[in-house]
Amino acid sequence: MSENKGRGRDRTLQPESSGPGGPAHDETHAEVLRELVAHLRQNRTQLREVWASRIMSARFLTAMTNEEIMAEASSVYDNYLGALETGSIEALEAYARDLSERIIPRGVETHEVVGIVLLLRDVLARSLFSKYGQNQQVLTRVLDAYEPAANRIATTVAVGFVQERERIIRQQQEAIRELSTPVLAVRERLLILPIIGILDPQRARQLTEQLLRGIRINRARVVVMDLTGVPAVDAAVANHLVQTVEAARLVGADVIVTGLAPELAQTLVTIGVDLGKMATVGDLQGGIEEAEKLLGYKVVLVPRAETAQ
Amino acid sequence: MEVPILKQRNYLIASVQAVLTDQDLINLRDRLVAQVGRFRSVGVILDVTGLDVMDSFSVRTLRDMAHMIRLRGADTVIVGIQPEVAFSMVQLGLSLEGVPTALDLEEGLAYLDARPKRTVSRTMNEP
Repeated sequence: MSENKGRGRDRTLQPESSGPGGPAHDETHAEVLRELVAHLRQNRTQLREVWASRIMSARFLTAMTNEEIMAEASSVYDNYLGALETGSIEALEAYARDLSERIIPRGVETHEVVGIVLLLRDVLARSLFSKYGQNQQVLTRVLDAYEPAANRIATTVAVGFVQERERIIRQQQEAIRELSTPVLAVRERLLILPIIGILDPQRARQLTEQLLRGIRINRARVVVMDLTGVPAVDAAVANHLVQTVEAARLVGADVIVTGLAPELAQTLVTIGVDLGKMATVGDLQGGIEEAEKLLGYKVVLVPRAETAQ
Repeated sequence: MEVPILKQRNYLIASVQAVLTDQDLINLRDRLVAQVGRFRSVGVILDVTGLDVMDSFSVRTLRDMAHMIRLRGADTVIVGIQPEVAFSMVQLGLSLEGVPTALDLEEGLAYLDARPKRTVSRTMNEP
């Protein structure tokens, strides 16, 4: 018994190796696997029911309806058996990716996916126990074949899911990065840079890049940097903002900072900002008016009677 | 490499097209300061578009150059600092205090045209 356990564990740890028996051993493994897959196919309906009910009692996939769980369970079951039978991980990998793509937006968590696959593994193992349980030797052989294959499948699905999630996260980060620092031209030579949300060092760095590039592209002479939407920053980011203002000057544009929250103002004073280098105006409107003045614009309110003519 | 200095109206334009050695920079400084007097220029535009690195020596030399030219009766504007260069300069604490900057040559000319005439130094330069 202890020997069996040792061997079983060994395989689990090295799922890729062909095992100590060499090709002949593999041959019998494949045979055994074919046989047990045939058995599991025969009992497909019943085992699937058991599995689905265990998924529901474990409160996995609460985001999905029971019908959806059943439908998904059927296809996972078939793909699982297919992978068991052929040992081909590629097809399963593709399926896991596809499945993850569908269920991630529904809010399915990693522990749920891993839990479900492990549940299926257990349900199938139970079924094998009850079929081959009488004969210790046969059961050992069956489990020797089944366990590494099942574990490999579990690993593949879990890794596939996590990779898909990471891919989505990367994609979203990219999207946020692009959206987070718009540089907008409001007049000839006048840019506004509204900053909303928490400024972390990475975002601050990106903001600097976008701004300096925006100045060149738009040939801007004045930039209004609006910080109304920035709650508070740490000293490093505050320093970075000051440096951005100076860098913008070197590239040839004056920066007017507007909407400094009290906390932000305090941080800037604490790090000892040189106010001579940094023009600040209370709010965005005032900042734009100041910028227009700098650029020589004069905004005139035309009386209604005149516009009607 | 010797930086060409062009005379345009009563401005001088020096356009740095490649990385300069320290000696090149000092050479440029001496020639510019001398020519401001010879051509009786009132403005100097220093185009550094071609510089993709600025160390503390070059920034200090540029600043000194601007101040020397100021003492000789002309204003200097530095144009064309690349965005990456600008930010690394600031991070190194080299921000060219007291020296006006502009986006490019055109903006530099506009800056010099727009600035108030320095009548005192002009009359001092009259023969």
